[in-house]
Amino acid sequence: MTQPNITLISFGYFGKHFLEKIAEAVKLEYKYSVIIKESHLDLSEFFDPGRRQYNGNKLLHAVNTLSMPQTLKTVGMFSVDLFIPILTYIFGQAELNGHSGIASLYRLSNERYGIAPDDKLLLERFTKEVIHELGHTFGLIHCMTPDCVMRSGTYVEDIDQKDQHLCHNCRRQLDAADKAW
Amino acid sequence: MARKISILVVDDEESVRDSLSNWFIEDGYQVDCAENAKKALQLIESSHFDIILADIKMPGMDGLEMLRRIKSLRNDSIVIVMTAFASVNTAVMALKDGAFDYVTKPFDPDDLSHLIRNASKQILLAQENETLKNKVISLDNVEDLIGNSQAMKEVLKQVESVAQSNSSVIITGESGTGKELIARAIHANSSRKYYPLVSVHCGALTESLLESELFGHEKGAFTGAMYNRKGRFEMADSGTIFLDEIATISPKMQIELLRVLETKSFVRVGGNKETSSDFRVICATNRDLKSMVEQGTFREDLYYRLNVVNINVPPLRERVEDIPLLVDYFIKKYCTTMNKPLITIDDAAMQRLGEYPFPGNIRELENMIERAIVIGNGKKITLKDLPFGKDMIDNSIESLDDFEKTFIRQILNKYSWNITRTAKALKVDRVTLYNKIKKYDLKPDE
Ligand SMILES: Nc1ncnc2c1ncn2[C@@H]1O[C@H](COP(=O)(O)OP(=O)(O)OP(=O)(O)O)[C@@H](O)[C@H]1O
Ligand SMILES: [Mg+2]
Ligand SMILES: [Zn+2]
Ligand SMILES: [Zn+2]
Repeated sequence: MTQPNITLISFGYFGKHFLEKIAEAVKLEYKYSVIIKESHLDLSEFFDPGRRQYNGNKLLHAVNTLSMPQTLKTVGMFSVDLFIPILTYIFGQAELNGHSGIASLYRLSNERYGIAPDDKLLLERFTKEVIHELGHTFGLIHCMTPDCVMRSGTYVEDIDQKDQHLCHNCRRQLDAADKAW
Repeated sequence: MARKISILVVDDEESVRDSLSNWFIEDGYQVDCAENAKKALQLIESSHFDIILADIKMPGMDGLEMLRRIKSLRNDSIVIVMTAFASVNTAVMALKDGAFDYVTKPFDPDDLSHLIRNASKQILLAQENETLKNKVISLDNVEDLIGNSQAMKEVLKQVESVAQSNSSVIITGESGTGKELIARAIHANSSRKYYPLVSVHCGALTESLLESELFGHEKGAFTGAMYNRKGRFEMADSGTIFLDEIATISPKMQIELLRVLETKSFVRVGGNKETSSDFRVICATNRDLKSMVEQGTFREDLYYRLNVVNINVPPLRERVEDIPLLVDYFIKKYCTTMNKPLITIDDAAMQRLGEYPFPGNIRELENMIERAIVIGNGKKITLKDLPFGKDMIDNSIESLDDFEKTFIRQILNKYSWNITRTAKALKVDRVTLYNKIKKYDLKPDE
């Protein structure tokens, strides 16, 4: 029998090295084995022409249906601009205590803000975003600790301020939840 | 712990209710939803909500009417109205009728979180005022700050007393003593903790980059500026800005910084509009700013403005009692992150650590432990896992001279044998440094 794992599904092109780095960091943080998958889902049905963005609620739902039995948590990784109806944009979202989350690179790159590209920084930001959304699926809510990965952020610079790790408090909550399973 | 803040979302559109409640749940709020004003009023009668977020335009009773009814119940909930069109008229009416604020749909995530944090801060302040009278303030969110020595207790006491105030703080101390950690602790224990702590590593940026980093820029301000961009001072609104390595900023930036601190407002690079921001400043430096003022390299007026409170973090060699605690802490930290079983350290190794002067302070200790866990046998850290090479083990430090020699070598290595920078860091002149190098026969490592 295969062990429970975390599956990361890429939608659209992500470099192999990039994906491996994220998988490694996720594994380190949550101690589950991590599987990388590629999806060829047609994203056009999630596109909202009025807003010229992709509907994050519908995508989260779609990722959820793609999730497999041995998979504990699934994160869909995108490179398109995500929104939810009430907000102008989101970096990602997840079901609290659920199975799935989504995260997008789109607003994390320096180029988006008129600054020279920085691939290392982009990888860091996206890794934090994926770890953050996974934290929600494990039941963690936003944390006040300034460098905790579960601190909420609405700017890329907020993401830069935090670590890619859970703080002690969040780690403790995660461990407690893990035991309760 | 304060109780959870409760929010009621009232909107006729299901996707809006779902999106908002998901967002608030992630933020740790208690959330309920209602699809129309009538249902909302029923809920409000049976339970208390701290914040009510209501759409203005709904079929049946509209948001304005609902607001009036809520207020007539002498309800102390904070009501925020949402409007689909930037119709200032209705919004202003709502404000007149007692709404706390309004937002235009769809909102910026940042505006929403700012708005909700403002409202929750108001609620928490009211709660705190009730319980504050006989409460002893104790530090939260500082579990990562290890240390039981008298010296560290003094520092924590200062953190505690300054956290609640709004004064500028300068944190001084050698490299690796934990200055940044102290800055985080101050923020995390202040009433600004719900807002961002924004740090800027001044030493890492050129003058023009630092300028646009701090003040933001307008589209087209320079080649490559394709978008308007908020600066760090703007992002730190209602929060704290941490200026690390403050001693490195240029004379021009010193003037600009002084101006911002005095007016709490600034103009984006390439812009012409004054923007204001309510931030608290914490700075850190491993240099002696006072002597820089005397030498004329740091502005005196800026120095006094920043240096309202000075917290000096003592070097590790002045609080050796903390070493065992720190060692335990770092062993736990790195074994956990590397997913290894917990290991221990033998007495000889621990004793050796206690004798070493740690010119790189806690950072150096942390690196040593991390390395020892990587290279060790997975059970116990022993002397041979520690980077005290042959020369250091047989001529261990027994005199002040040994100490000075080790210390100078470390600092030289840190600055890649750049004599000017090393002399600066050691606060001696270059001739003195040359003489010491000769005296101790120091040479660059391979
Ligand atoms: N009291 C402490 N308990 C646990 N860890 C600490 C403590 N003080 C410092 N550290 C750790 O040591 C490292 C260095 O700390 P920090 O970056 O705050 O030092 P600093 O004074 O800002 O150094 P520099 O002047 O070089 O920037 C960090 O990894 C920090 O987590
Ligand atoms: Mg520092
Ligand atoms: Zn989140
Ligand atoms: Zn946390």
